[in-house]
Amino acid sequence: MYLKGENISFGYRKDDLILNNVDISLGSGEVLGLVGDSGSGKSTLCKILAGYEKNYQGSVSIDGKKIPSNTYNPVQLIFQHPEKAVNPRWKIKDILNEGHVVSQDVLNSFGIKKSWLDRWPNELSGGELQRFALARALSPETKFLIADEITTMVDAITQVQIWESILDIAERLNIGILVVSHEKNLLKKVCHEVVYLSRINNAGLYNELAFRDMQNASLSGMVPE
Amino acid sequence: MSTSVALNGKGMLRGLNLRQRTILLISLMSLLLMTVLASSLYIDSSSLSTNFDSRNLAPSLEHPFGTDWMGRDMFARTLTGLGLSIMVGAFASAISTFVSVVLGLLSSMGRAADSFVSWLVDLFLSIPHLLLIILISIGLGGGATGVIIGVGLTHWTSLTRVVRAEIKQINTQDYIHISRNFGKSNWWIARKHILPHLVPQFLLGMILVFPHAILHEASVTFLGFGLSPHEPAIGIILSESMRYLAAGYWWLAFFPGMSLLIVVLAVDVIGENLGKIMDPRKAHE
Repeated sequence: MYLKGENISFGYRKDDLILNNVDISLGSGEVLGLVGDSGSGKSTLCKILAGYEKNYQGSVSIDGKKIPSNTYNPVQLIFQHPEKAVNPRWKIKDILNEGHVVSQDVLNSFGIKKSWLDRWPNELSGGELQRFALARALSPETKFLIADEITTMVDAITQVQIWESILDIAERLNIGILVVSHEKNLLKKVCHEVVYLSRINNAGLYNELAFRDMQNASLSGMVPE
Repeated sequence: MSTSVALNGKGMLRGLNLRQRTILLISLMSLLLMTVLASSLYIDSSSLSTNFDSRNLAPSLEHPFGTDWMGRDMFARTLTGLGLSIMVGAFASAISTFVSVVLGLLSSMGRAADSFVSWLVDLFLSIPHLLLIILISIGLGGGATGVIIGVGLTHWTSLTRVVRAEIKQINTQDYIHISRNFGKSNWWIARKHILPHLVPQFLLGMILVFPHAILHEASVTFLGFGLSPHEPAIGIILSESMRYLAAGYWWLAFFPGMSLLIVVLAVDVIGENLGKIMDPRKAHE
């Protein structure tokens, strides 16, 4: 199963495109890294792939078929700021089970404690909330997960814990993951491959997605330190 | 429940956290309003009747608020007037809230509807408030119905604006998009995600409109466009007392005015404190 974005162009103004003819492909079970300078359109690309942004040109498809709206989207997007991704007036357990009833297995895997479920979102830390955002998105119906800088705000140890859980569940459910991050060590560790989204022309008229093998190559020079 | 806690004295009050103190305050104020309303309904009509043996008496134990130039007990009249005011206020704020709920939701339906609602709000705000109440009230034939509907139909503007802005803001939140991505319908999202944010607004708006409505009712009546003179409304009492103030009968205006102020402040305190309770982010303060 392949999630494909083909010839994707997007701009808030006609003469200033952020994405210009971008192609991207993500297979089931694959972990693909996406790096790029700030403002190169990584997050915009993520939103387009997950169906959040509708006014783009090009096509997003799964195995050649358009992704239906109005039903559970097999492409789920996780944001950088989990506190914005939860309704502050909902109890955690309602937030958790909004998309599907999250299995005990997943809860254990993320180290989610029973006592957290009866709290309000503002009573949990960012790292704790992000686990809920992930757990609720990892339903059996989810085929692709787009992780837009999801562990940027947590410390290294929590980062490892969260990613171990994600990779473990994704492998079991055969989910493809797109990892957006500025952290090259993380990408090196979790991704099979990394692609580079650049904004070569200052006027933003030209974008290029270059595929590079991450297994051997070092990321130095690609990612701003 | 509230009284038993209050009877335990100050030491007990100090031991309570803010949330408990807030709830206590709200129950006390509600109790005060209920008492006023209930006692106004059960007042003996004979105490409202004229008694020329006891004209213009200063406040005493027998007549705590004194008596007027026709010997009527001002305490009984004030209570009845307050009861009437509370009912007018409650009714008017209910109408206002209903109108703003409908218009607020309408504004979220589309751009044209939104422009229409904004236009309507601007239109109503461009006419001086008191003038509009008087116009509507006279147009409906005056009297209690005229005042109630007039006050009710003119207080929805600010709440509608708040509701409209709130819906707009919530609709751009990430969790709304996520909910859509979970395959939830617009109706489901409006009910489960947006409504919980609006209920406190409605409730608070309703309570905060209440004092406005009461004061407007009193001022319209005071100006002579409202309730008929034989009804013991606060506005009537105040406007009548004007003629006797110069003669030194200060209690005719002082006690009714003071009571109205206390009722209005009580409602305001309830509104402010309910806001503290209903926001989960403020729950710990």
